[in-house]
Amino acid sequence: MVRFGNVYKNYPNGTRALKGVDIRIDDGEFVFLVGPSGSGKSTVIKLITAEEKATNGKILVNGYNVTSLRSSQIPKLRRTLGVVFQDFRLIENKTVYENVAFAMRVIGASSRRIKQRVPVILELVGLAHKAKRFPHELSGGEMQRVSIARALINNPQVILADEPTGNLDPVRSKEIMMLLEKINELGTTVIVVTHERDIVNSFSKRVVALDGGKVVSDATGGYYQV
Amino acid sequence: MKGYNTVYFLKEGVKSIFQRGFMSFAAVTVIIACLLISGSFALVAYNVNELIAEAEQQNELLAFVDETLSDTEALGLAGSIYAVSNVKSAEFVSADQAFVDYSEELGDDADLLEGLDGDALRHRYRILVNDLEQTEQTAEELEQIQGIAKVRYSYELADGIVTMRNIVNVITWLIGALLLVVSVFMISNTVKLATFDRREEIAIMKMVGATNMFIRWPFIVQGFLLGMMGGLVAFFAQWGIYTYAGKIILQYAPVFELIPFGSIAITMLVAFLVVGFIVGVLGGVTTIRRFMRV
Ligand SMILES: Nc1ncnc2c1ncn2[C@@H]1O[C@H](COP(=O)(O)OP(=O)(O)OP(=O)(O)O)[C@@H](O)[C@H]1O
Ligand SMILES: [Mg+2]
Repeated sequence: MVRFGNVYKNYPNGTRALKGVDIRIDDGEFVFLVGPSGSGKSTVIKLITAEEKATNGKILVNGYNVTSLRSSQIPKLRRTLGVVFQDFRLIENKTVYENVAFAMRVIGASSRRIKQRVPVILELVGLAHKAKRFPHELSGGEMQRVSIARALINNPQVILADEPTGNLDPVRSKEIMMLLEKINELGTTVIVVTHERDIVNSFSKRVVALDGGKVVSDATGGYYQV
Repeated sequence: MKGYNTVYFLKEGVKSIFQRGFMSFAAVTVIIACLLISGSFALVAYNVNELIAEAEQQNELLAFVDETLSDTEALGLAGSIYAVSNVKSAEFVSADQAFVDYSEELGDDADLLEGLDGDALRHRYRILVNDLEQTEQTAEELEQIQGIAKVRYSYELADGIVTMRNIVNVITWLIGALLLVVSVFMISNTVKLATFDRREEIAIMKMVGATNMFIRWPFIVQGFLLGMMGGLVAFFAQWGIYTYAGKIILQYAPVFELIPFGSIAITMLVAFLVVGFIVGVLGGVTTIRRFMRV
């Protein structure tokens, strides 16, 4: 569950990235967040994860009042979120298995629970057979699957993917989107930032379009216009 | 804290140490050097203090009683002597007794007694003071007492030893403080490198919701382990150096006998480990506070 109420974000250098954004995303939704470069898409994601603080307005995420969240509460908020980046952000000297297990390990999970859950999630993203590989032995699409597995491992309520297919060819991109769709069908809310028109239009999902820091259209089953 | 987390922090801390093996080695070496230097000065200070305590036992003042006083009057001076603030003890020695003592002490050289001055025939008090530094002043005060003819003491010995002690004490504290700062700096740099090596891991940890303390623990453990290693190695090195120094001193200046290491070993070990602990943990904590805004 994500709610933005009249949110403004000014960066310290004076850039006004968001100018009164209202968004409401309910549990179980799949939403594409689209818009031209610099329109504020990544800023929205960073405000959800509390990586940046809103200048004004109200943000609610999975029951957390993000705009007035104490810093000691931020880890709790983040455990309800799974984040996927364009550049995968895998740890080079850890195997696929270890990369995924690491995300569980560092929030204090026991080895027993890790051993139970990691294979299940690797199976879900279709990488069970590459558990012992290192990131440099994988294709881009496979690396992104690992990063999705890592985002999923702590059973988040919302997956946030900022241009997850930006580094992939169209076929791999389609596969990744289908994987995210499958995860959404299993009950997780999914928010995907992208500016790949063809992909958005080939799925019939809700599309929220930003431009110049404002929501310019929000249509379920909509298309990537502009 | 859950047991498996502790094991994890230990493992990660050790990993960081080996990831930058040379830097860790350098940090531990610096800690050892620092501890050895301060430790050696502390040991010198300790031995000097013991020497002084011994000297204080021997460094007596002799207050000679005016021979015009009767024996009873001479004995009655004790009260006035004790009234002098720095006086620890005063023992009356009659002229006869003193004469006997002298002859016993001199033994075969007893004929020297013939050359003794008039003091030899006086009653006297053997006086010990609390604070050697004020010996001179105390002597003056004693001389003011009616019935005390003269006070004799070996001023130079007292003054020299006290000055030496003060210098050694000051140097010990100065060097100790300075080297402590250097050690913290070294640990801090080593831990800083580790946070740099692990910046990607740290970013991911933050992203998935690891708590600040969870992120910090491995670095605190790293500092702690480095500090403890330094403390432990330094202790054994200090032991060796001290024992060796003791042998050399015994060979060339047998009058100065060092306090045996065994009697101070536990204190020394505890001190080194405590300093190692403080330096290590301080180095770890200050670094992650400054270089890892989490
Ligand atoms: N940390 C920052 N400091 C200052 N300005 C920033 C910062 N991050 C983003 N901006 C600015 O804020 C505006 C919105 O940036 P944002 O990254 O949200 O855009 P975006 O929609 O994700 O663009 P893209 O499609 O290129 O990723 C841009 O003008 C950008 O230059
Ligand atoms: Mg962006």
